[in-house]
Amino acid sequence: MAGEGRSRWPADGANGQVTQRRTGEDRDGFQVRSGRIGRSVMRKDAEEKVTGRAEYTADVSAWGMLHAALLASPYAHARIVSIDTQRAITMPGVRAVVTGADYPQRTGLPIADRPLLAVDVVRYAGEPVALVVADELYQAEAALRQLDVVYHPLPALTSPREAFAPEAVRLHPDLAAYDVQPGEEVWPVPGTNIATHVRIRKGQPESVWSTCDAVVTCDVSFPQAHHAPMETHCVIASVAPDGCVNLVTATQSPYSVPEAIARTFGFRPSDVRVRTPLVGGAFGGKSSVYLEPLAVAATLAVGGRPVKLRCTREQEMRSMPCHIGLEARIRLGARADGRFVAVEITDWFDGGGYSDRGVIVTRAAAQDCTGPYRIDHVHCDAYCMYTNHPPTTSYRGFGHPEQTLVMERAIDLLAEQLRMDPLELRRRNAVRPGDTTPTQARLMRSSVGDVEGCLTRLRSLLPWDGPPVEDRDGEVIAKGISCFWKTSSTPPDASSGALVYVNEDSTVTLLSGLVEIGQGTKTTLAQMVAEVLGLAVEQVRVVMEVDTAEQPEHWKTVASRGSLLAGNAAVRAARDARAQLAATAAVVFQCRPEDVCISNGYAGCPYTSRRIPIGQLSRGYTFPDGHTVGGFVVGRGSYTIERVTLLDPATGRGVPGPEWTVAAQGVVVAFRPRDYTYRVLRAVTVVDVGRVISPNLAEGQLKGGMSMGLSLGSREGYVYGATGSVDNNQLRVYPIHRYGDQPEYRVAFLETPNADAPWGLRGLGEHGVIGMPAALANALSNALGQPVNSMPMTPELLWRLHTGAEVNDR
Amino acid sequence: MQPVTLTVNGWVRTVVVRGSETLLDVLREQMGLTGAKPGCENGDCGACTVLVDGVPQKACLLLAAMAADCRVTTVEGLPRTQLQAAFIRCNAFQCGYCTPGFLVNAHALLACVAHPSERQTQEWLESNICRCTSYEEICEAVRTAADARDNGVAGEDEMPG
Ligand code: FES
Ligand code: FES
Repeated sequence: MAGEGRSRWPADGANGQVTQRRTGEDRDGFQVRSGRIGRSVMRKDAEEKVTGRAEYTADVSAWGMLHAALLASPYAHARIVSIDTQRAITMPGVRAVVTGADYPQRTGLPIADRPLLAVDVVRYAGEPVALVVADELYQAEAALRQLDVVYHPLPALTSPREAFAPEAVRLHPDLAAYDVQPGEEVWPVPGTNIATHVRIRKGQPESVWSTCDAVVTCDVSFPQAHHAPMETHCVIASVAPDGCVNLVTATQSPYSVPEAIARTFGFRPSDVRVRTPLVGGAFGGKSSVYLEPLAVAATLAVGGRPVKLRCTREQEMRSMPCHIGLEARIRLGARADGRFVAVEITDWFDGGGYSDRGVIVTRAAAQDCTGPYRIDHVHCDAYCMYTNHPPTTSYRGFGHPEQTLVMERAIDLLAEQLRMDPLELRRRNAVRPGDTTPTQARLMRSSVGDVEGCLTRLRSLLPWDGPPVEDRDGEVIAKGISCFWKTSSTPPDASSGALVYVNEDSTVTLLSGLVEIGQGTKTTLAQMVAEVLGLAVEQVRVVMEVDTAEQPEHWKTVASRGSLLAGNAAVRAARDARAQLAATAAVVFQCRPEDVCISNGYAGCPYTSRRIPIGQLSRGYTFPDGHTVGGFVVGRGSYTIERVTLLDPATGRGVPGPEWTVAAQGVVVAFRPRDYTYRVLRAVTVVDVGRVISPNLAEGQLKGGMSMGLSLGSREGYVYGATGSVDNNQLRVYPIHRYGDQPEYRVAFLETPNADAPWGLRGLGEHGVIGMPAALANALSNALGQPVNSMPMTPELLWRLHTGAEVNDR
Repeated sequence: MQPVTLTVNGWVRTVVVRGSETLLDVLREQMGLTGAKPGCENGDCGACTVLVDGVPQKACLLLAAMAADCRVTTVEGLPRTQLQAAFIRCNAFQCGYCTPGFLVNAHALLACVAHPSERQTQEWLESNICRCTSYEEICEAVRTAADARDNGVAGEDEMPG
């Protein structure tokens, strides 16, 4: 792994001798003191995960637990004529049947646009229509078949541009009356199918098109897709005698659940307690509050007894929010020297029947629409369209893989027109400190990584030399590259808290509301705490499970923001604990607190050889005569995101996130013109992560992301049947990457520090995915000798493009 | 409902099952062995893989009644060998949900094939899906475990620090 620029933080002496620094919020306190930062460590959840003992939500059961099963609409768009529950309710074991008639209220964040269970009309195939609660799951499932629902099918809107047409039927005639979560940046357009319209206006594109020497236009599209975490959604809900709602749920957003449940059912948020054990993969798909309200409805129907509701894979793919689809048009102009002049982008996102997080994904795509390039004139309209497809939510990359495909295809087309090297064209336009983003946020060295550096490194690692296409034994070896950036679309008040307890055995325990979804951030937090307290990482325990009643809030485990938000909170909590220990030790040593040094589990000071185990200071220090000084040590830390402002609805002007992680990616493919098949031989990512905290975890995130991005680009996408339902809703026919599909992966890190984050780190959890579909599309366009502008890039698509067979006839 | 006597991880137990109940459900719900996971319940993902008489099988496709008179081994019953250690050392899991299936499958591979080739490893492991890792790590872990065994490195209860 490369480690350019790492020398910024000097390593401390090898003997682990630690000098006490100022406590408090000192920025320069993020120095390497004993080398726990930047070193691979064993995951804190490793042992339980290799022994089958790790607990996930589906593994949890409760005494007297009942089971719920979900009836989903077979139609994409239909009127519900009638629902007859008579036969179902009399089936063996059945305790309750719940339908939309029981819950007329609407739910959903940020726009409350969906009924809990369909009322009068269904807007996507897979929409929950009824719930049956029974003693056993098989009984609930048997009873589902006895529910008589009569539908009157209606014509379905099956593409976002169709939904955009003025004559299109309105899927949500009451859009104007829907509640919007306060503070969320969504701009629905009542009287249309537009769930949000995001406008980005910078400069005056209209006035400069005529000055361009080259202009390209292209259309990019792809269908919705599945997140495919191996663990499907699962919730266990119950209501305690005091009226408190208890949930165990596989979610990335345990702290968002209480508000959603409270809004839907009229509880107080503090009456809702959420537990989240380890999560079996999420990728954004578990950031919505979708299944939880249904589980609450189920338990309320049976007097609060615990009810488990788990999606089958088929339901996961039809009923749960998915990866957003897109149809986009881009026009990009440049001068003869390659300098970009103006860009105009229109995105029609396929948001599905209910908007969920899709509206925020749309904003994210628009706010960063140009990619990491300086363009002074930008005009972007991004629409999240209501269609009769499944609803949509965040997906790893949050609008950026989608937008990157659009921009990076245009850049390669432009390079062709200008007869310029695609990498050089990107380098020439790379953003630098001082430039502004499409939302006119001014970039600084701290807030944006080194784009040129990433491209330079990619050039040698891929390698990008010689022609991008080469014939070799009947195969075409082709290369493609992409470049991207990403900031989070975090609300300006996104916060995280942490607590550090010092145990009597001189170990410490960290509590954080961050969810372990596989990314390993809780291990990284342990490294940070160990570093601050001068402990070995093994001496720091982290509570893996999240319980909203016990752990301090962490906004959401999304947006690659864990190590910034929770990291800052954990570091502050550790410093707070250190200060408390030092204060007590100072009394014992008769010295000043700032002279106390704490390392390896001991407190010491320069004036005495005596050392006290920190465990002996953790409940105050008791002198031999019983006299005690100091108190119980509880380190507290919290962090609220900084510098973020809301976007202006008319121009998009504002600062959407605290910093931009940048990266360059490339792939090498071997394409066989004979049958249009191809293999990816190599995939490369160079990413500026500010600072690598755990190399093994960072590399794993990047490589896993690349695998997901290649899988998405090459083979994933929903195939809709004649009735508008997702027809490939099994992993057998939805062919994600399997063992053996992997190319050779190469990952390199640059380290341009971000001043706001612990040790200068930047987010990296999503970035492996983001540029992969675009790099693949560019490589395949080179291989085929014609533009490949849609996903999934299957051999069939390539054949259709090449032979002119209709592309969109499936 | 019928009584069925199952031998799981060397533990003999009689459970009462419906004829249509899968081995996966019985292991998880009646025997408290939740290591094998439901990922698709359709034979597509391998998260539920267990050994039946030493052969990897998808527990979601087997009826519990069919496993009577067989030796069933779940991830909880695997001996601690270099394999688990290699999975940790090579970062061959992230969320860990697929891991029991991969471990059981790879364990059987190493037990059945002395020196598995790349191709053999792929033939065995392509029945399992991991969405988090890139598979390169799993490939590395299996190779590391095979090499360690060939080199006679004692494996019992060895985990990296
Ligand atoms: S759950 Fe058995 S193969 Fe997926
Ligand atoms: S580690 Fe998450 S699916 Fe393999």
